[in-house]
Amino acid sequence: MAFKTSVQKYSGSIYNLELGTGENTLALGGQNVFPFYSFDGDTGSGVKIGLEILDIYPENWADGLKSIYGSAAENTVEWAKYAEEKFAPDFICLRFEGADPNGLNKSVEECATLAKKVANAVKLPLVIAGTQNYEKDLKLFEKVAEELEGKNILLLSAVEDNYKTVAAAGVTAYKHKVAAESSVDINLAKQLNILINQLEVKNENIIMNVGTAPVGYGFEYVASTIDRIRLAALGQNDKTLQMPIITPVSFDTWNVKESASTEEDSPEWGCQEERGIAMEVSTAASVIAVGSDAVVLRHPRSAETIRAFVDNLK
Amino acid sequence: MAMSGLDIYKLTPKTNCKECGFPTCMAFSMKVAAGGVEISKCSHMSDDAMAKLSESTAPLMKVVTFGKGETECKLGGEIVLFRHEKTFVNRNRFAVLLSDAMSQEQIDAKIANMKNVDYVRIGEEMRAEIAALQYVGNKDAYLSLVSKVKASGLKVAYMLVCPDVSVLKETLELVKDELPIVFGADSNNYQEMVALVKDLKLPLGLKAPSLAELYDLVENVQKLDYKELLLDIGSASAREAFTNAVQIRRTALKEQDRTFGYPSVVFVNELAKGDKFMEVALASLFTMKYGSLIVMDDMDYARALPLFGLRQNIYTDPQKPMRVEPEFYPINNPGDSSPVLITVDFALTYFVVSGEVERSKVPAWLGIPDAGGYSVLTAWAAGKFSGSVIAKFIKESGIESKTKCRKLIIPGKVAVLKGDIQDSLPDWEVIIGPDEAMHLPKFLRTMEGIN
Repeated sequence: MAFKTSVQKYSGSIYNLELGTGENTLALGGQNVFPFYSFDGDTGSGVKIGLEILDIYPENWADGLKSIYGSAAENTVEWAKYAEEKFAPDFICLRFEGADPNGLNKSVEECATLAKKVANAVKLPLVIAGTQNYEKDLKLFEKVAEELEGKNILLLSAVEDNYKTVAAAGVTAYKHKVAAESSVDINLAKQLNILINQLEVKNENIIMNVGTAPVGYGFEYVASTIDRIRLAALGQNDKTLQMPIITPVSFDTWNVKESASTEEDSPEWGCQEERGIAMEVSTAASVIAVGSDAVVLRHPRSAETIRAFVDNLK
Repeated sequence: MAMSGLDIYKLTPKTNCKECGFPTCMAFSMKVAAGGVEISKCSHMSDDAMAKLSESTAPLMKVVTFGKGETECKLGGEIVLFRHEKTFVNRNRFAVLLSDAMSQEQIDAKIANMKNVDYVRIGEEMRAEIAALQYVGNKDAYLSLVSKVKASGLKVAYMLVCPDVSVLKETLELVKDELPIVFGADSNNYQEMVALVKDLKLPLGLKAPSLAELYDLVENVQKLDYKELLLDIGSASAREAFTNAVQIRRTALKEQDRTFGYPSVVFVNELAKGDKFMEVALASLFTMKYGSLIVMDDMDYARALPLFGLRQNIYTDPQKPMRVEPEFYPINNPGDSSPVLITVDFALTYFVVSGEVERSKVPAWLGIPDAGGYSVLTAWAAGKFSGSVIAKFIKESGIESKTKCRKLIIPGKVAVLKGDIQDSLPDWEVIIGPDEAMHLPKFLRTMEGIN
């Protein structure tokens, strides 16, 4: 006998979704196979990489990271421009940490004005992340969506408690895209997509943020949830799960002790910055391996590594 | 092809003698077909039938064993392509590559790193389990490298990466008792290689320039009646290596073709070309997708912490939650005036809670009673995380002698337990903590009066 390539054909495929405007429009989705399974079929638009920046100075970030951005990080608009020019990510994720009611509690008007300045200063598509406080995010996303009408940004993320306003304002009123956020549960992901569909929002305007965890912290749930979502979308042609997936990897990986413990606290572990990058890179590579179409990263070195990783596997 | 229970039944004596432990031959046959019991449990099978059956009821992917005693490893035996379908069975193993072309300083540094990275995470020992010893051309240096690793006291199995049969012969004299892997059989030398390892039953690593040629090579080696094999997925490019890893696993499990029913070897060190973070990215990919033995350039904590954590996650049984050992865990170097927190033994909960307590920088004792491995609310609903369980745990754990502080913080979601615990532990002040772990830092710092 001779070796014969084993090919798996699927009936479903992932929706095409576009972010941003003009020549910097970013395409996501379009594949009808598992990630990098080019021997089975079309791998679509490929993986997109975003860099995270904040609306405030990143006081709590690792020193190595702060020194990379230097004084640019003191002004969010400068920071966004610097990230775009220096590291050329596919998109910028502007996260409104300063709007957190448990923190600085900045007003939504102030945030929206800043978002507009950033949007006008950079060419790349914007992903706007909130505070993870659903009441505040509801108002924040609504205002930002209004201020940035026509920029075709992504609001990250609408959850069960605020999806009506976020999806209606974001997509229906101001023509943006919305991420439906569920917490590592295929049924919740499906349910939220259906609920958003019922607001007359089409699948082409929805991305899924199905939840994440750093490697070592229950990542098996993330892996199996995404595996099952993709098997349902591709194998069973389940239209309610055929949206591209975005994963804000950096929101979690920099908080766990492997990344956060200083060299003083854990001398045997060695360089803190290297540990942080390795946790971010490992989590990103793993979540891409199961099917995430876009990742948000924090360290430029992680972004550079994941870019090369994805290119090498194309 | 796999046989059905009915096919197997036809070959049994149909006497229902029960010696196999099953009430009927039919019940036994069904179990064999499902892979739940070995056909050899039936002692009345004809030799003919047995030969036919043991071949077709054997697992599609062979389990390959190497190393000895505490360095013993098993690879392979996988039954599914996605872990949620059943489970991934034998976790992948990490090797560190050492060669006779490296300087003594390089070799010493890598051995030191391998010794340094050895820790326990949720009850599992984490370390690079294999030393991959590569022969580049200097036989004396190679032999002394092997001796050096052996004398270093490293707790590792050996993998001799060497295509030269005569050098292997000499090297095996040094380490054959350790049951090493012999790697480097190709279409030119496979006959000699098989002859060399056959009596010792050492796993033999095969390599070929393409998947088609690798397939032919496996068939040739199988014709020599040797089946202790590992398959190199190739190092020409990451793309090709990934394609090959998936194709080998899929051919074995989905196409049920045993020619590729063997564990794989991935030289991630070669694919990453010296880029440490690329090595982490690729090693993560192959931990998820079908790498059995992953060769690294080095193993330091920056690599180990994510990779061993990821592996531990991926190789858990999806039907059983991951648990931590019930006991008191000191966080931020607590002393005899530090408060006590309680949560459940579900590993995810433990990690989230302990991480947040660490982030608070408040020294504290984190108590984990046996709560059945469930999350807080599930354990509470199942009666595994009740006032009496917590009170009993506090009394029996010896925590009362470790700290004079009598503040006991319970998860906000089980605030209802406060009265119960308070009744059983009158000396303690039971405090209701936040609902979500992410609010612990602020809560603890406020409680302790820090800014």
